[in-house]
Formats: sequence, structure tokens, C-alpha cells
Amino acid sequence: MLELRSVRAGYGGFQALFDVSLEVRDGEAVGVIGPNGAGKTTLLRVISGLIRPTAGAIAMQGVDLVATPAHRIVAVGIAHVPESRRLFPRMTVEDNLRMGGFLPAARAKYQDRLAFVYDLFPRLRERRRQLAGTMSGGEQQMCAIGRALMSDPKLLLLDEPSAGLAPVIVEQVFDLVKRIRAGGLNVLIVEQNVRQVLRVVDRAYLLKAGSIRAAGSAAELLESETIREAYLGV
Amino acid sequence: MSRYLAGIAGAGLVALPFVYHQPYHLHLLVVILIWSFAYTSWSVMGRFGLVSLGHGGFMGIGAYVTALAWNHGGLTPWIGIPLALVAGGVLALVVAYPCFRFRITGHYFALVTLALSGIVLQVITATRDHTGGSLGYTPTRHQGGSSLYAMQFTGKATWYLIALGVWAAGLYVWYRVDRSMMRYALEAISEDEDGAAAAGVHVTAEKLKITVLSAVMTALAGALYCQYQMFISPDTVSGISISLQMVFAVVVGGIYVSLGPTVGAIITILLAEVLRISFGTRAVGWDNLVYGVLLVLFIVFLPRGIVGSLLAAVRPRKESRAV
Amino acid sequence: MAIFDVFLLEALINGVLLGGVLALLSLGLNLVFGVIDVVWICYAELIMFGMYGMYFLYTVYHWPLLIAAVACIAGVGVLGVMLHVLVIAPLLGAAPINQLLATGGVLFFLQSAATVMFSIEFRNLGLRLPVLKLAGMFISYSRLLAFAAALIGMVLVFLFLNRTYTGAAIRAIAQDRQIMVLMGVDTRRIYVITSALGGGLAGLAACLLVLQYDVHPFVGLSFGPITFLICVLGGLGNFGGGFVAAFVFAELISLGGLYLDLEWGYVFAFVFFIVMMFVRPEGLMARRS
Repeated sequence: MLELRSVRAGYGGFQALFDVSLEVRDGEAVGVIGPNGAGKTTLLRVISGLIRPTAGAIAMQGVDLVATPAHRIVAVGIAHVPESRRLFPRMTVEDNLRMGGFLPAARAKYQDRLAFVYDLFPRLRERRRQLAGTMSGGEQQMCAIGRALMSDPKLLLLDEPSAGLAPVIVEQVFDLVKRIRAGGLNVLIVEQNVRQVLRVVDRAYLLKAGSIRAAGSAAELLESETIREAYLGV
Repeated sequence: MSRYLAGIAGAGLVALPFVYHQPYHLHLLVVILIWSFAYTSWSVMGRFGLVSLGHGGFMGIGAYVTALAWNHGGLTPWIGIPLALVAGGVLALVVAYPCFRFRITGHYFALVTLALSGIVLQVITATRDHTGGSLGYTPTRHQGGSSLYAMQFTGKATWYLIALGVWAAGLYVWYRVDRSMMRYALEAISEDEDGAAAAGVHVTAEKLKITVLSAVMTALAGALYCQYQMFISPDTVSGISISLQMVFAVVVGGIYVSLGPTVGAIITILLAEVLRISFGTRAVGWDNLVYGVLLVLFIVFLPRGIVGSLLAAVRPRKESRAV
Repeated sequence: MAIFDVFLLEALINGVLLGGVLALLSLGLNLVFGVIDVVWICYAELIMFGMYGMYFLYTVYHWPLLIAAVACIAGVGVLGVMLHVLVIAPLLGAAPINQLLATGGVLFFLQSAATVMFSIEFRNLGLRLPVLKLAGMFISYSRLLAFAAALIGMVLVFLFLNRTYTGAAIRAIAQDRQIMVLMGVDTRRIYVITSALGGGLAGLAACLLVLQYDVHPFVGLSFGPITFLICVLGGLGNFGGGFVAAFVFAELISLGGLYLDLEWGYVFAFVFFIVMMFVRPEGLMARRS
């Protein structure tokens, strides 16, 4: 479904990704783990169009994403939940969700999608008129995920969903991801919290200093020495 | 510029009026020198990112205080001008202090100064009983127009030398600032105020110093203009147009180089003259029209100005800032 | 003392009426700043052209007033878009000061273009609207009309911002520009729409101002600086702050004009502004500087 081949990307003079290749097959949930500064966020940004790759190919169901203008990538079916949520703080929950459904194709299904999101996150329905910036971290995370779901995507990109959240909330968030997955959505999660993400995905890649160092099924990686070294060692 | 070349050029400039007597051309030179000095005064703070769109206000104050002190108070400009300088400095303090103290920078600061020059113009118009309002104001001639006491001279050559001296003094001040610790402090401030403050720079004090210096110099330009032209009106010495014209000239000439404002003055004044001669009274408005278009074009394509871009081409330097 | 009260009351009411129009002005400026992060220094000059438009369409070509007004609003909207596309868009990556200066260049250009095209004479719409006499006070009908129209305009903008997708996108961009891409929003299009809206509001303001004031190439200097002060005091980009500040300044101008010449009203407003900066600097801090 999603395919990256030898992707390079960076910020100005600083290169963050070196020849990254990975794929997300239909029906899969894939994780990308790695220590801080590995380039995980950059990876998601280059997929969703927030930054453009300097080299390499990215394709979603055959559509060349590199050639697609950034704001049309959502229409291809990719929704990105950014790092630290990035909700619109002075807009209500419902307005945030509405923005998620901005695409013309999504507008037609607005009521259905809204109902879907509110079923998934009943707390959001309660707080629909609350300003997003005044909610707790966990609620904001739910709202951010809900906002991404409004466009009825085929692939959901989750950037560090556990960041800044209490362990209990993190547990809830990942349970939710499992539920979303069960509904048939493909997921690509980028995470530092190895344990949580590996219980939710089928496969994962290890990204360190901009390169893929290891790949395999969740079970394999959980056992692997490489992971431990990557996080603790050099 | 090597000392030798500068010396020759300087001697040439000083000798000029003694060998070349065309009054019209001398007049142009005087006007260019006075405005160059005004623009240089602006650039003294403008180069550090303290873009004021209100220097027309200081120039207006310089001109009107001098003229009013002479006409109404009988004070010789030898006293009137220092008075005007103090007035300009005080106004700069009063407006700039709260701005800097409360970290009003960039857009906000520019808008506040813009409003300032507008307000000065309004005050001049409002006090029309004393200042003549938009009709203008004339300092009364003393002893037939040639008097050291009244600082009025009929000879163009005399004025040329005075203007040359003031202009040179302005450049000297520019150089002194350029070579001072203040420059590094202000550059640090314009890059990162908090960082500079953390490094021990008295941010507000440094900004205030340069602002007051710039304002006082500009007021002097206004006073000089008043004494030379013997006629001032709100539109010719103050207001938003004058303020913007200053910025325009410096941007065109080059904001980071000492002679940039001078080049800008030469360009703008010659442009106005050419248009005036070609079109006569139909030229009213055309010069500003051209300025406006040129300003936009320069900002978009040549933000370093003419002199600045030339220098950059010859001596590539790492400029991280724009304008 | 009764007469004194009446004049005071009249000035207060006129202040409110003026405040409505000033609030409209500050809304346009805040909108553009909040979304595009640029201050249109030439905003008052756009209004000036709108006023000329009304003069020519209504007084010279005898169009019906309402048609002329609609044409002006649309026309200045187009001017706003042109300003954005020709001047602002090429400078979006440059230092903010450059953008400011470029709009300053446009200010020069517009003032001079008006001087060249229309000469510096004062033109009047020639529309004599009645003056209402209310409890001993004289309230001009044109002022009331301007106030009502300004309010309606602001309400329409409010509805647009809150009930439409584009409006939501405009509000969102002002809060987080970078992730708009993730919602599928083309930011350039939103900028153009916002510029059109800012221009349209200027056009509306022009229609209202031309009812009360003569137009000449430098008329922008009468309300431009005040609009900037209002926006800065209310916080650039802060609609609510601008709204309140507009009425405060309007009252100051109106009361200043009651006791002294009109120009002193502006001076009071500026002094008040300086004092406010000392007293309540938080009132000046918006999301961006």
C-alpha cells in the first residue's frame, strides 16, 4: 500500500534520513521505533508532505507522492496525527474535527464520520464545544486522532502517540489504536515506547540516526538484542 | 576605502564650490547633502533592525521647533537648534522607552513609529494658528537674509560647506557606531534579544541610546533644512511620506554600508528633479509613484540595495539578515 | 449644565458610531495579519481608492448608490488580491520588515497614483443625508447608516468565519499554519481568499466613510495611523481586542474633538496609547510580534 524507496530528506543543510526504504502492506499495522533524534518524525513528515524528500520514491497505492502537491496527499488517503497533537487551540473540538474533514470528499460524509469518531471517543462528544487547548493531554490525543479519522483515510500515520502522556493514558491510546486497526484501517506508528507499540503492530522497523537498522515481526524485535543496543548503546 | 582616496575625494568636495559656481547645481548638492544626512541618521538605527517608520516626525520637530523658537521666541537658531534636538530626543525617549521596555519590536514597533509621524503631522496642523498648518511656515529673514546670528546665509557656497560638514559629521558618527561595542550589542540584540540579555547586554538601554542618537541627528537634519530652504510645511519635512521616503532611499542605496543612504539620496533627489524638469507641474505625484514601484521592486529583487549588492558581489559576505 | 450634558452625550454617541466604522477597519487589518502574518500598511490607501470609486460611480456616472457600493466592495476586494499576488506572495519567505516596507512602497504608489489620476482636490459624494434631531442632539443619518452597515458587515464576517469550511480554515491558519497541509488545505488559496476578504472589508469601509468625509489622495492619513494604533493596542490579530480598542479610540477622538480641534483628538489617542503601553503591556501582546 505504502512504499518508500531510498528516501532522503532533511532540513536545510541538515540531512535526517539516509536511504530509507520501508513498506506498509494492505491490512498491516507497522511500527517504526528508535531512539530520540533518529528521524522518526521526519519520516512521517516526508510521507504526509510536510516536508519534501530530496531523493527517493514514495508511492501510495501506486500514486507517486513525491509528484503530488503537499496539500493533496490527504486526498490520496493518508492522514497524519502530528507529534504533540497540534490541535487548533482556540477552536472547539468539533471545529477541529470539522477541519479534519475539510476535503470535499470528506465533507459529503461529514455526519457519518463525525458519528464514527464520537462513537470511538465518547469523551469528545461530551466536550464537543470545549476549546481544544483547554483539554488534558489524553483528550487532546483522542481529538487529534479523531481529526485525522474524519477524512476517512486508508492509512493513518501516528507520530509518538505516547509523548507527554501518563502511562495509564498511553495504555488507553494504544488500546484505541488496536480498535481502529480492527476496523480495517492501516496504521504506521512512530514511537519511542517500544513495548507499547510492539503489542499493537504486526511488523516494525528500527530507525537510528536516519537509517533503517533492523526490521521484522513484532515478536522478533521484542526479543532482539539490536533493539536494546540501539536504545542504550552507541 | 583607503585613506588616501578618501582624502583626495574629501579635498575635492571641499574645493568644489570655489571652482564651480552654478547656483542651481550647488543648490541640488546642498539638498542632496542635507537629505543624505537625514537618511544616514535613519540608517544608524535601521541597520540594526530597528526599523522606524516615524522619522518624519523627528525631522518635523527639528524644523518646526527651530523656526518657532526664532519667529515667536526670538531665539537665535544657535539656541533654537539645540532646543529642537532636545525636543526630538525627548520625544524619541517617550515613545521608544515603553516600546523597548515591553519588547515591542518588529511589526508593532514599525506601526507605532508610523503612527508617531502621523501624529506629529496632526499636531502641526492642529496648531495652525502658530505653525501655519498645512500652508507652511517661514522663518523671518534677519538683516537681509545673511546673518550668522540668525544662521541665515544667502550664499550657496556657504550652505554647501555647512551641509558638507554636517554630512561628513553624520558619516563620522556612522563609523564610530560601526566600530563601537554598541554595534555588536545591537547586532546581538537584533539576532536574539533574550540571548543578548542573557549575555549581559542591557537591551533596553542600548536600543534607547541608538534610537535617541538617530532621532537627534534627524532633528538636526530638519533644522538645517528649515534654515536653508527658509520655508517648511508639514508635508515636506514630516509625515508618513517623508518617513517612507527615508526608508526607501536607504533600502535602495544600501542599509548596511555607510554611503548607502547617500547613494539613495542622490538617486531619489535626482529622480525628482528629472521628473520635475521633464513634466513640470504635471510631475506632481509621479516621483512618489516611481518611488513606490521602485521600493517594491527593490525589496523583492534587491533587498540589499544598490551599494550593498555591489559590495556583496565584490566581497561575498555571509549576510543572514534581510533588507 | 443641561446644554453641556447634551453636547457630551452627543459626542459620546458619535464616538460609538465612529467606533463601529473603526472596528470594521481594524477587523480587515487583523484578518490579514492573523492569517498571512503581514501588515498592509497601505490599507487606508485601499480604502481611499474605494472612496474614489464610489465618487466616480455615484456622483459622476450616476449609478444607483447600492450598485455602486457593491461594485466598490468587489473592486477593492480585487485590489486586495492583486496586492497579495503581486507584492506579498513573492515576499512570504522574507523578513517581516521587508513585507512591511513593500506595503509601504504600495502606499506611496497608491497615493501618487491617486494624485496623478484624480489631482489633489477634495471630492465630495454630494449626498446630503438628513440629520436626526434626538432629544436636543444632532445625529447625522449618514453616521447611523455607517454604524449599522459596519455592524452588519462584521456579523457577516463572523458568520462566514464560524459557519463555513473556508472560514474555519481561515481561523485555523491563524493558529497553526504548518499543519494546514495535513487537512488538505491549500494555504495559498486561503491567503488569496483572505486578501479578497480584507480588501472587501476595506471597500465596505470606503462606502461608509465616503458618506461622511471628502476624498482626496491623502485621506488615508486621517484614519490609517489610528487603525494601526487600534490594532496594536488590541493585539495584532486579535479580533476581540481590536473591536474594543476601536471604540475606546473612537470615544477619545470624539471627546477630544468636542473640546478642541479634531486633530487634538488623535493626539489624545496617541498619548493614551503610549500610557497604555506603560500601564498594560499585556494588552499589546498578541500571538505574534
